[in-house]
Amino acid sequence: MEAFTAHTGRAVPLRRSNVDTDQIIPAHWLKKVTRDGFEDGLFEAWRKDENFVLNRPERKGASVLVAGPDFGTGSSREHAVWALQNFGFKAVISSRFADIFRGNSLKNGLLTVVLDQEVVDRLWELTEGDPEAEVTVDLEKRQVLAEGITADFELDENARWRLLNGLDDISLTLQNEADIATYEAARPSHKPRTIDA
Amino acid sequence: MGRTLAEKVWDDHVVRRADGEPDLLFIDLHLLHEVTSPQAFDGLRQAGRPVRRLDLTIATEDHNTPTLDIDKPIADPVSRAQLETLRKNCADFGVRLHPLGDVEQGVVHVVGPQLGLTQPGTTVVCGDSHTSTHGAFGALAFGIGTSQVEHVLATQTLPLARPRTMAITVEGELPDSVTAKDLILAIIARIGTGGGQGYILEYRGSAIEKLSMEARMTICNMSIEAGARAGMIAPDETTFAYLRGRDHAPEGEEWDAAVEYWKTLRTDDDAVFDAEVVIDGAALAPFVTWGTNPGQGAPLSAHVPDPASYEDASERYAAEKALEYMGLTAGQPLREINVDTVFVGSCTNGRIEDLRNAASILEGRKVADGVRMLVVPGSVRVALQAVEEGLDKVFTAAGAEWRHAGCSMCLGMNPDQLAPGERSASTSNRNFEGRQGKGGRTHLVSPQVAAATAVLGHLASPADLSDVRTPAGVR
Repeated sequence: MEAFTAHTGRAVPLRRSNVDTDQIIPAHWLKKVTRDGFEDGLFEAWRKDENFVLNRPERKGASVLVAGPDFGTGSSREHAVWALQNFGFKAVISSRFADIFRGNSLKNGLLTVVLDQEVVDRLWELTEGDPEAEVTVDLEKRQVLAEGITADFELDENARWRLLNGLDDISLTLQNEADIATYEAARPSHKPRTIDA
Repeated sequence: MGRTLAEKVWDDHVVRRADGEPDLLFIDLHLLHEVTSPQAFDGLRQAGRPVRRLDLTIATEDHNTPTLDIDKPIADPVSRAQLETLRKNCADFGVRLHPLGDVEQGVVHVVGPQLGLTQPGTTVVCGDSHTSTHGAFGALAFGIGTSQVEHVLATQTLPLARPRTMAITVEGELPDSVTAKDLILAIIARIGTGGGQGYILEYRGSAIEKLSMEARMTICNMSIEAGARAGMIAPDETTFAYLRGRDHAPEGEEWDAAVEYWKTLRTDDDAVFDAEVVIDGAALAPFVTWGTNPGQGAPLSAHVPDPASYEDASERYAAEKALEYMGLTAGQPLREINVDTVFVGSCTNGRIEDLRNAASILEGRKVADGVRMLVVPGSVRVALQAVEEGLDKVFTAAGAEWRHAGCSMCLGMNPDQLAPGERSASTSNRNFEGRQGKGGRTHLVSPQVAAATAVLGHLASPADLSDVRTPAGVR
């Protein structure tokens, strides 16, 4: 995973709540067996409307998505995260994320930042008024910065440490292989098995 | 202080706990399907890692599989490639697989319980958000992303922060017309699509205790639609009776030991939930959705709401957008909404009891002219049982299509889809824009409401059918 320390970029204000993962990447895109090539599927249905914010020429190259509450609800598809990253997004800001989407994002180095809706409203106003306005997401300081806006955000220390260092979860877990083996040895024999081991 | 059911199961699976780290949790059962696993197997290959516990892993094919002509090659080359990828991955790594055509094939959340693999007090994961279904057995079960699928394949564990717990207590007697689906839709409408976020839900109370295992699975299945990763119901005699004798249920002394443990899996009297919601079961009625998220629902007797009635600006805007997408007008009676398609199936309502319920309404009746009805069993085993009971004949005699097992029209990944602008009454779990096909419009309903709707051609409950046990062309 790529490390995330801080990122500055222009923003896409997405004034919608409950943006579910079926909207982020429709199911027919899920037949692909790779982690890349999903950028054209991102918000596919909404992008058919030429006035959709992502289609506006002034948003080209923007890398911070500022969305309404309950972003990433629904299906567990990690393809939603890959699609956002493939398209060029580095961070998503919302007042509330669905749990699975947030977990998937952090595993891939896409930073999800939770801010009060009041701050999200101000970010929308700022970036709608001035498409050139830059937004900085600083993971080291745990701060979002934009013109007239300084907002602290929280992220649990362990997740932050893994993101800052771009650490691979599986390698970290396997450092505790002895604990896993000890646990396995003590499991009750009535637990189900799919095949005879 | 006492512990909740969720806390007990969690504690029993902690492999490692350290300050400032998430708990490392052992996973008892890992279910795989073709959509969320290819990139995970690729990751294992690149790192040269094996699957740690093949005996706790099982795969089936469901999302992409067609429900017609399953003996012929799959027409869509991309779908075919994804299924072939799963077959190759399972063969290369030694994972047990039930492919299309196998008697144990079906929707992954129907297959696990019917094999007896889903047991009380286990941890169950799958790269699918509806893994919450398995919580009906008192298992801690939740959907995961593909990175986590790879993590479980490689380590049989997951690092996880402990969620909070929420009790959803349903007291009182559910009216005869109210099913588990109506109940869970009402719960989601009450707490919202984000209401359960960060919580494990425990459904409890007298109305829950009376439910069958299949009804409990319907409830737990849709926990994710309230934002909760997991929903649980304490195991009891109903649970034990369902499990006894199943392929992978323990036997003899092992059974006794298991039941002894399972009986401890109840929330202690002095345990404290972080939040609690109380629902009066007796006050409920058949429930349907009108919007584009599962929280946008109302009793069938109600009207399409007026967006202006929402105080919250974001909810108001969401309702406006939903009505626009759904082609509905504020104030329109829900009962007057005509549908083109009726879908009975999915991991929410594709089990034998669901098919029996739909068939009991359709018996001696006809699907309305111009309405297409698909009945898709959740698994091959469910299909075989339905045929043994003659349910398939009831469906086909009524004019419905009887299909092969799979996810089918629950999501637009296989040939079963709505056309743009088409409207369905569906027993599935998501009414998101385009979920059942580009431009398709979905109303979530119970199997009983689905069947009554098929007969009348508009959203309806069985109570609306009293005088329509004749061939109909009512639209």
